[in-house]
Amino acid sequence: MRAVITVIGKDNVGILHKVSGVCSEKGVNVIEVTQSVLQDMFAMIMLVDITGMTTDFANLVDDMTSLGEKLGLSIHTMHEDIFNSMHNV
Amino acid sequence: MLNVYNILETIRMIQDECLDIRTITMGISLLDCIDTDIDKACEKVYNKIVSKAGNLVAVGQRIEKEYGIPIVNKRISVTPIAMLAAACPNDNPVKFAKALQRAADTCGVNFIGGYSALVHKGFSAGDEALIRSIPEALDVTQNICSSVNIGSTKSGINMDAVKLMGEIVKETAERTADRDCIGAAKLVVFCNAVEDNPFMAGAFHGVGEPDCEIHVGVSGPGVVRAALSKYPDASINELADIIKKTAFKITRMGQLVGARASELLGVPFGIVDLSLAPTPAVGDSVAHILEEMGLEMCGTHGTTACLAMLNDAVKKGGVMASSTVGGLSGAFIPVSEDAGMIDAAVAGVLSLEKLEAMTAVCSVGLDMIVVPGETSPETISAIIADEAAIGMVNMKTTAVRLIPAVGKKEGEMLEFGGLLGSGPVMPVKDKSPAKFINRGGRIPAPMHSLKN
Repeated sequence: MRAVITVIGKDNVGILHKVSGVCSEKGVNVIEVTQSVLQDMFAMIMLVDITGMTTDFANLVDDMTSLGEKLGLSIHTMHEDIFNSMHNV
Repeated sequence: MLNVYNILETIRMIQDECLDIRTITMGISLLDCIDTDIDKACEKVYNKIVSKAGNLVAVGQRIEKEYGIPIVNKRISVTPIAMLAAACPNDNPVKFAKALQRAADTCGVNFIGGYSALVHKGFSAGDEALIRSIPEALDVTQNICSSVNIGSTKSGINMDAVKLMGEIVKETAERTADRDCIGAAKLVVFCNAVEDNPFMAGAFHGVGEPDCEIHVGVSGPGVVRAALSKYPDASINELADIIKKTAFKITRMGQLVGARASELLGVPFGIVDLSLAPTPAVGDSVAHILEEMGLEMCGTHGTTACLAMLNDAVKKGGVMASSTVGGLSGAFIPVSEDAGMIDAAVAGVLSLEKLEAMTAVCSVGLDMIVVPGETSPETISAIIADEAAIGMVNMKTTAVRLIPAVGKKEGEMLEFGGLLGSGPVMPVKDKSPAKFINRGGRIPAPMHSLKN
């Protein structure tokens, strides 16, 4: 089972570190990271494996959301099924 | 394979364009709750609903978290209560409404629909008593919705029921006059009602449906409008293709959520209702889609044609996206619930007559329309009859949800707040249809050859 974490907001030191920190705390394995900084806007999409997750998905979502609030970023954590079903026939 | 563009598109649809799942609705059969003792029947109704839907809200919230998409309403539809009321002819059916309200409170759902009667050919035991109890039932409950089917293509229109419903709509508004006539906003009169509709106020669980199932109603007018706005110079058939693609994506989301809810709740998946359901929120309007197509304001000449194209394209895109499509499926045009419709009605561009024409080509009918408080019951009946005739002849579902604004006149506003929005009092004709309505009887079913 995989999920997609998207992070959008003003660039700052240590965003990737903090987001992946939460992942490792919860047993979430990072598979792929796409990241770009346009002027001072930071955008990152992270594909993660949640099969070995030590918490339930709702907790991961809540922790990521509150991390986002703390850092002034918008962080969305969504199950990959929503993207697969919407964009693939 | 996932790609960045697709991921960002999905997030933008949800964050900026008001994409949501409008409702997950659990349909529950109450046929096994029928009892000649009304108190026992009510207890069975309460127990059955709570045992089936006790987890509905929690499951809905879990899915919202998993997929990151809002599910605005969690609802329940039940077997038309007139069928249960038939077994206890000497009791007041409002007891059932109160039992439903208790169940709604326990489950935490937004609405329970099904305080309903199907009388398209005539009244059977329980039907008339239930209909006459609607004003009281909607007055003493908050989350119960009621509907009455008064006509069908196969059986014609029951004009006795049409006459009665004019009186009931008016009485319901009067009984709740101190709450902005809210009772009438929870009451729909149908022709060709469907048995698996997840949307309120007209949802009920038909007798041909399984014991328990889960339906999903999608939304997303804002997504369609945003998609069209990127192609200001496209031809109409190009616009139709864009709408189809967008409807496909919206519906896939409904299919995913429905399948997941069915798995988590352990009940069969019923249908996805392919609807564009507006809300009064900015950017969530069906009228604004029509305006994006090139109308200066919704309601002007050309509106019916634009709406016909929109409605058809939504279905074509949606059907491909879901294995089980049903319900009302199409674009909704509830006046008070759509920011663009409200503006057009206030400006006098959108009239009752134009809305009637629009209902011939789109989903449902004259929905959430505020009329003057002094409108006679016969006029309300005649509006119902006109709308039912459109549904009957065109083999489609039509409905009427009128709110007579007690104490208000043309041009004043009625404010409901929330998803129900606000609506200007729209003018009706002042010449009386009373003699026609008072004749009673039935309009015979139409023939379906020699079509002209």
